[in-house]
Amino acid sequence: MVILCTDALIYILVLVSIVAGVSIARKPNFKRPLKKISASKTGMISLLFLLFFIFIGLLDSIHFKETEGRTREIISLLDYWAKPLRTQNEKTYSGPFSAYLYSKEMIAKVDGGTQWSYPRLKFGGSHLKTPETEALSDVLTKAATGFGKGAGLFMLFFVLLWSYLHDRHKYLLKGDTAKAVWAVVFLLLSTSYMLLYLSGYYHVLGTDKVGEDVFYQAIKSIRTGLVIGSLTTLIMLPLAIVFGIMAGFFRGWVDDVIQYIYTTLNSIPSVLLIAASILMVQVYMSNHAEDFNSLIVRSDMRLLFLCLILGVTSWTGLCRMLRAETLKLREMEYVQAAQALGVKQSTILIRHILPNVMHIVLISVVLDFSSLVLAEAVLSYINIGVDPTTYSWGNMINGARLEMARDPVVWWSLLASFVFMFSLVLAANLFADTVRNAFDPRRAEQGE
Amino acid sequence: MENKLLQVKGLTVSFKIEKVVDNISFDINKGETFALVGESGSGKSITALSVLRLLPTNAKVSASEIKLNSDDLFSIAENDFCKIRGKRIGLIFQDPMSSLNPVMTIGEQIAEVIQVHFSYSKTEIDQAVFELLQQVEIPQAERRINEYPHQLSGGQRQRVMIAIALAAKPDLLIADEPTTALDVTIQAQILQLLKTIQQKTGMALWLISHDLALVSNMADRIAVMQKGKIVESNNTDQFFKQPQHPYSVKLLAALPSMDSCINKVVDNKGDILLQVEGFKVYYPIRKGFFKRVVDHVRAVDGVDFQLQQGKTLALVGESGCGKTTLGKALINLIPHTAGTVLFDHVDLTTLDRESLRNKRAEIQIIFQDPFSSMNPRMLIGEIIEEGIKALHPHFGSADRQQRVAKLLDQVELPQSSAMRYPHEFSGGQRQRICIARALAVEPKLIICDEPTSALDVSVQSQIIDLLKKLQKDKGISYLFITHDLAVVAEIADQVAVMNLGKIVEQGDVEQILKKPKHAYTRKLLGAVPMIA
Repeated sequence: MVILCTDALIYILVLVSIVAGVSIARKPNFKRPLKKISASKTGMISLLFLLFFIFIGLLDSIHFKETEGRTREIISLLDYWAKPLRTQNEKTYSGPFSAYLYSKEMIAKVDGGTQWSYPRLKFGGSHLKTPETEALSDVLTKAATGFGKGAGLFMLFFVLLWSYLHDRHKYLLKGDTAKAVWAVVFLLLSTSYMLLYLSGYYHVLGTDKVGEDVFYQAIKSIRTGLVIGSLTTLIMLPLAIVFGIMAGFFRGWVDDVIQYIYTTLNSIPSVLLIAASILMVQVYMSNHAEDFNSLIVRSDMRLLFLCLILGVTSWTGLCRMLRAETLKLREMEYVQAAQALGVKQSTILIRHILPNVMHIVLISVVLDFSSLVLAEAVLSYINIGVDPTTYSWGNMINGARLEMARDPVVWWSLLASFVFMFSLVLAANLFADTVRNAFDPRRAEQGE
Repeated sequence: MENKLLQVKGLTVSFKIEKVVDNISFDINKGETFALVGESGSGKSITALSVLRLLPTNAKVSASEIKLNSDDLFSIAENDFCKIRGKRIGLIFQDPMSSLNPVMTIGEQIAEVIQVHFSYSKTEIDQAVFELLQQVEIPQAERRINEYPHQLSGGQRQRVMIAIALAAKPDLLIADEPTTALDVTIQAQILQLLKTIQQKTGMALWLISHDLALVSNMADRIAVMQKGKIVESNNTDQFFKQPQHPYSVKLLAALPSMDSCINKVVDNKGDILLQVEGFKVYYPIRKGFFKRVVDHVRAVDGVDFQLQQGKTLALVGESGCGKTTLGKALINLIPHTAGTVLFDHVDLTTLDRESLRNKRAEIQIIFQDPFSSMNPRMLIGEIIEEGIKALHPHFGSADRQQRVAKLLDQVELPQSSAMRYPHEFSGGQRQRICIARALAVEPKLIICDEPTSALDVSVQSQIIDLLKKLQKDKGISYLFITHDLAVVAEIADQVAVMNLGKIVEQGDVEQILKKPKHAYTRKLLGAVPMIA
């Protein structure tokens, strides 16, 4: 087992969120909002999608050294299970479900002559004799088989759960939301099983320039997206909240200093700052080559530093918003009443100000999450983003960008990264919306 | 028949399933003043808006008929309706601060209305604007035309609003709580102005108000609304002589009366709890690049008074006189500039921060706005508990809950309230919760900063009764800050009248209200609308 820097941080993050989740669930005054979330269809379904993404990200965060093979690379649990996807590389581009390469080549014929044509792929659709006629029906039957197996697996699991719960099983399907959730679980499980099954025979989303499976790339990018989104937020949040609230509440010189810091930080072009720090890390790593002996350790270090520097440059916006909101809140009469009661200032900040700015924090964190995933794509474009060897949606888009001018166009890399990014960001947005509504007591009243 | 200007028959407005206005009918005659009176939430503003078809989109209107002269208002196309709004029906809102556009001069804003409804030339418009400003009695009209709203006082802004409403010479002027945001003396002037204009132009005035006393001086006919229904409609004289409906009787009885102070026995022998001497609060005015202090705003300018144990001192004055600043500065929510505050034989101004924090718990404050004085994300139980936690940190959770239950009992709220959120309560109930929160730390003095002015009359009297009862039981003193002289008569033992940061007159309640000496006190008392 090998623990990379980001892995360690992810484990800590997961642990902390589980502990926080349990302690929140125990508090009596959170009962109502939690009930409200669990009753919301959109909320639960988007949570399910999020958990699915997180699950894949976690699988991809458990790293170990390969026991066999020449190179003994560091791979993750996901890599281990998706070995065919990882190793069955073609020569160059090929379309989704295609059995042929996307570019013509000189092919040696059986009879000794040569032909200028599209060669067959090494792995994709190699079990077919005449792909032109068989391909469609084969894909459909394989898809149906895969889906059926996935469905069977789900049913098995569900029946086991049902019998395990004995007489309590009636809660399992109680209410519309529970039914919708089970339906989505069923679809998710069957579809992903189907895709896995299919990708044993085909490149479901085609291959890229160096012949790597795009579906594999897209799945591997989930971890990068989650890491950039969550770790950056984790660095940015405390800075933004502490500084924003303090500036708004204490005014005076505290406000002046904090405002000075963030206007100064804002006036430095963030791209320059990021470029500088990434270059610094690279120089550091090449000077200490013995500590960063493998490619994956290096790219992981670079990812971590990217998160760090993105976090440091992106807290100012939220900080300014929180300052403005706190300025408003500190004049509210309940804050003055608390002062009159002799409540300490630190307690006022935590009990009266913080909960009332949380909705802003939540909204901007989710919006930032999506813009960070996008920022990573832009930064990769000017070569100061994640390491080129790291799988990320930004790198996928960057690679696909070059091929957009090609005719016929290579569209699958772009589409794959777009679909995955879109579903992750949408799920996060919808879930955050539900949470915000549920925790606002004024909204929680109205049925909706 | 031709005497009738506006006829409303069977108007019903509902939001989702809730009926806000329930099958009401009334007429307004040409040239008369019709008053629609009701407590907040009774649907009176919605009625006015539905006549102008300005309701929010989620409101559903079903009315058999609304006729202006002989035009059916509900059958007119939206495009043509612009000729009715402004031209034939004018509207004045409650808040003059937010109903004027801050980046346009008042001249432009009045001219805008004239341009829409008449095809005048530039000079004719200027002339018309000037005449309108003169009509609403704005001094130095030719100079004021080019001023912006922030350069005018509240009363003058309301005058500009009236000028805008009058610009197109409407037959009917709807005034929705036109003076609620204004001081009594200004209120009297605005009402006088409305009367004069009405006599000159002969338009009808539809007055919407919660204030029965105000209405009694203005209206020819009165309709009382309760929960979306008109429960009584009558001529003003007959209505005040013999109210028919029990709700009207209740409303009239709940009105605080100036006469309730007569023969109040005030003994001045109690211990002095609070003694304030030479108290000053100045705000610095900073100018120039280095923000040098060039002058001060003297919000509170040398105030002396004393308050006895278990008594109520009312601090009366118009907005901006420094009464709220004084109240907040006494408990150090605002820093003071000079003076001594002797509370319970301890000078609060000389204490260090920590002991001040402890001592300050003995003085509590209740605010005007029951909607912003509680953290919307905390349960009522937590809100009340907060003070107990600060005062008795060693209390366990069971002890605290017991105290909360007892406090809720004292302010006459059910104990189940503890597990609910502030927004689930009405204004009056919220004010009770605020009182419970203040009581939690067992204060000797409560500063009540206009605690009843955001409430309806019937609720207002309940809160005052509660405060009186608590004073009797616990011997708490009140510093009661208010602009409402009728409330003062109900609750106060002594009165101090404040103007421009100074106390101009103080004494026993009966002496101040019935035999005022100072000219300002007399002016205040003269402006209070009273039922004749």
